[in-house]
Amino acid sequence: MNEPAIQLEDLEVVYRVRGVDRNVLRGVSLTIGEGESYGLVGESGCGKTTAAFAIMRALPRNGRVISGSIRVNGEDLLGMGQAGVRKLRATTLSMVYQNPAAALNPTIRVGAQVGEVFELMGFEKKDALERARLILAKVQISDPARVMRRYPHQLSGGMQQRVVIAMALAKDPTLLILDEPTTGLDATVEAEVLDLIAALRQEFGTSVLFISHNLAVIAKMCEQVGVLYAGRVVEEGPADQVFRDPRHPYTVGLLRCIPRGGVRKDETPLDTIPGFLPRMGAEIEGCVFAPRCGLVQEICRQEEPRLYPIGNGRTSRCHFHEQAHLVPRTSPAQLVAPRHGNGTAILTLEHAGKTYRQEGQDVHALSDITLAIRPGEILGLVGESGSGKTTLARVLLGLTSPDAGSLLELEGTPLAPRVQRRSDEQVRAVQVVFQNPDSALNRRFSVRRIIGRALFKLRGLRGRQRDERARDLASSVRFDESLLAVRPSQLSGGLKQRVAIARAFAGDPKVVLCDEPTSALDVSVQAAILNLLAELQSEQGVTYLFISHDLGVVRYISDRIAVLYLGRLMELGDAETVFNPPHHPYTEALLSAVPTLGGEERPRIRLEGEVPSAAEPPSGCVFHTRCPRYLGPICEEEEPPLQEAEPGHFKRCHIPIDELRTLQATPPPTRIQSKTTS
Amino acid sequence: MTIVEDPTTAVAIPARPDQARVARRERLRLLLRSPTFVIGCVLFGAWVVCALFGPVIAPQDPQFPDVLNKLAPPSSEHLFGSDRLGRDVLSRVIVGARSVLIIAPLATLLGTVVGTAVGLVCGYYGGLVDEVIMRLVDAILAIPVIITALLAVVALGPSRRTLIVVIGFLFTPIIAKTVRAAVLGEAQLEYVQAARLRNERSPYVMFAEILPNVMGPVIVEFTVRLGYAIFAVATLSFLGFGADPSIPDWGHDISENYQFINGGVWWAVLFPSLAIATLIVGINLIADAIAQTFDR
Repeated sequence: MNEPAIQLEDLEVVYRVRGVDRNVLRGVSLTIGEGESYGLVGESGCGKTTAAFAIMRALPRNGRVISGSIRVNGEDLLGMGQAGVRKLRATTLSMVYQNPAAALNPTIRVGAQVGEVFELMGFEKKDALERARLILAKVQISDPARVMRRYPHQLSGGMQQRVVIAMALAKDPTLLILDEPTTGLDATVEAEVLDLIAALRQEFGTSVLFISHNLAVIAKMCEQVGVLYAGRVVEEGPADQVFRDPRHPYTVGLLRCIPRGGVRKDETPLDTIPGFLPRMGAEIEGCVFAPRCGLVQEICRQEEPRLYPIGNGRTSRCHFHEQAHLVPRTSPAQLVAPRHGNGTAILTLEHAGKTYRQEGQDVHALSDITLAIRPGEILGLVGESGSGKTTLARVLLGLTSPDAGSLLELEGTPLAPRVQRRSDEQVRAVQVVFQNPDSALNRRFSVRRIIGRALFKLRGLRGRQRDERARDLASSVRFDESLLAVRPSQLSGGLKQRVAIARAFAGDPKVVLCDEPTSALDVSVQAAILNLLAELQSEQGVTYLFISHDLGVVRYISDRIAVLYLGRLMELGDAETVFNPPHHPYTEALLSAVPTLGGEERPRIRLEGEVPSAAEPPSGCVFHTRCPRYLGPICEEEEPPLQEAEPGHFKRCHIPIDELRTLQATPPPTRIQSKTTS
Repeated sequence: MTIVEDPTTAVAIPARPDQARVARRERLRLLLRSPTFVIGCVLFGAWVVCALFGPVIAPQDPQFPDVLNKLAPPSSEHLFGSDRLGRDVLSRVIVGARSVLIIAPLATLLGTVVGTAVGLVCGYYGGLVDEVIMRLVDAILAIPVIITALLAVVALGPSRRTLIVVIGFLFTPIIAKTVRAAVLGEAQLEYVQAARLRNERSPYVMFAEILPNVMGPVIVEFTVRLGYAIFAVATLSFLGFGADPSIPDWGHDISENYQFINGGVWWAVLFPSLAIATLIVGINLIADAIAQTFDR
């Protein structure tokens, strides 16, 4: 029998922080067979990356393996000397990190950088470069010679990740560790990189350890999956079975947190996992998950569950694994049906454009956006990075002035382009929740001061009145009053985001712009925040513009959805209309790119080429260079208008809607390559 | 304990309300544990004591000319020897700490306050304001410090106030640049935009929101500049542009006595020089230690 590619046994890793050893991995055992793809899931702080670093023997200086073993191809990794480890890293182990921009040296050209890997393997410089070219071609870089002359920052994120993968594969490793390789990438790019990894795995027969917090990605990429919680593998088994029939309450909880399969906020609120991950190094007696588990019994607190085998090669570390699916739902009651407005728009944009001047070129970040947001609705805004989502939000907020000729109105009265020129009433009416609460909250201020200042500026409240209102706000976002004196740095990500939400609601806003409010959060926290936002909205009847790149989230929370591409509105309609065919071809491609958990696999539509530069948008329809439903010269010559194809459903495409309906019953033909390079 | 410094914990546990104070105490504790900081404090503290209580500590009257014992080598009577007028070098060194420790910190403080304000304005507003002020700053930086100071002292007449203003003015650009760089990073953060979205006035955003977040670099810059300021004060008084020739002053004492070095009279020069050196070294050690705790 062949040795497994990698075998961890009872691996315990500690980090020494301020003189105390703190457990990060608590007896992790897993085996990855030859050519197998193993997914490790779990929320941040569970120890996923630590496991990867332990395998690479690259733990941070304060990290140490205290017991257990790591075997690579049967060789004991921990007993090896430095030279042996270096050799292993040069030949057998490869790792791809989350952030490709940081993994590449910005001062070395791509060619030299990839070539270096081969030089280390003993090739002559010329040979090394030739091999670099070949491997870059392997990762589907269409013009390797050109890419090799570039510096990493001149490549897009997807290209950078391809280069990193090429470097990792250069040595034909036995085990490839991928640590969140697609997390920073757009859905369409992510899909391409995942396809690439899958294809390369077939070709090279490499074993893969795939680390991700995204269950759908793991489901798509891996045969085996291990669910890591607080440094312990709590459930393990074939991916499809684990996700279909989870047998550990944590896995059950994780799966319930994810908005999927067209679930909508007014039908089913998302489930959340109450409580917090135990702190690094916390003393744990009994089951690690017991404090947060809905099924917890006395035995769970006292006795650590062993790994119960449950057939089909599956194991679960739960005393009650057979009842795991019975975990009670934690979510709050059903939402009151959100009241929709009478139809007169609360916020309108007419012919709004934004042109930046950059290096002597005009960059059209937004172009001719006409949009009416109705009172009490949640309008989802989706699009890849660079599509102008954030610019649109900044224009509405008055942080960026739109081009002359743009018209902004709030409830029928013109809205000044700069926030300084807006009336107090208008300033109060339009507020924002930013993506990253770490930078959105002043880290030198206490939570009380952050919320209090907003109440003072927006509502003119002082003294006791202000304190009372601050407490009310805190409790309305489920933020514990006793934490008001604390600074943001001492709060978890979810709590910080609650503070940011409380601040946005301090002035009783009419419109709240949510700019990716959950993308920096873990899924269980994301679920709680989404529920909170939906609740606040239905209670107070505010209007949201909800920006997100996560289509599942947008579909869950939005009433209507607007799709942006290169600063243009491509499609606008009710959430379900947009998500169900007929779509605009761009929306169709976007939707097909998202991996799903439920098996409702759509045929993948590949988008050829990269997003064109907004400085030189393509002629005619801006999407024609990548469109899978390309019609003919008309697409290149004439920009289609945004027209109402059916009542309430707008799209910007030359293809009539009925034709789209028939066309989209079948996957599109492959585009002729020459189109994309022109 | 605090979770603030644990880079590996992603999930923080709701903290005790006094956590901020605990974090501050933690920083202080780290400082006190650093030998660099402690040695710096001892050196600096000794000179501060001399500056405060100099006349009381000094064994003799620093102005009394012991005419019979001019240029006497160190002895039990004059531990550090005597100078060309027969004055006790030890007493002069002790009492001399005062003048430098008044002028230098005040000058640095002035430079830091003005420089921080300028840096905040440049970093926050950016654009034309930043461009114009920064070119001015570059222009000032191009002028040699001592020559400018000399000119100014000659023009305005030597006095403590002149020295403070001149040295403070000359330090302003450097501090402004450092603060500006820190503010540039800070102004990108979304809390600044959030402040603008509730129509906060610019001064509030700059001084109440941003300033507390750039205090680290400001404090570090202050301590580093303080060392340079002492050097500048000593240099000016060596060149004869000190505040008041009648007050004991290290730089002035060195310039009065260095001509006798060739005659083997090293003590009247060495001890004031050592005084300057230890004070500057002490301050720099403190600056290093503080910079390190802020970098963590």
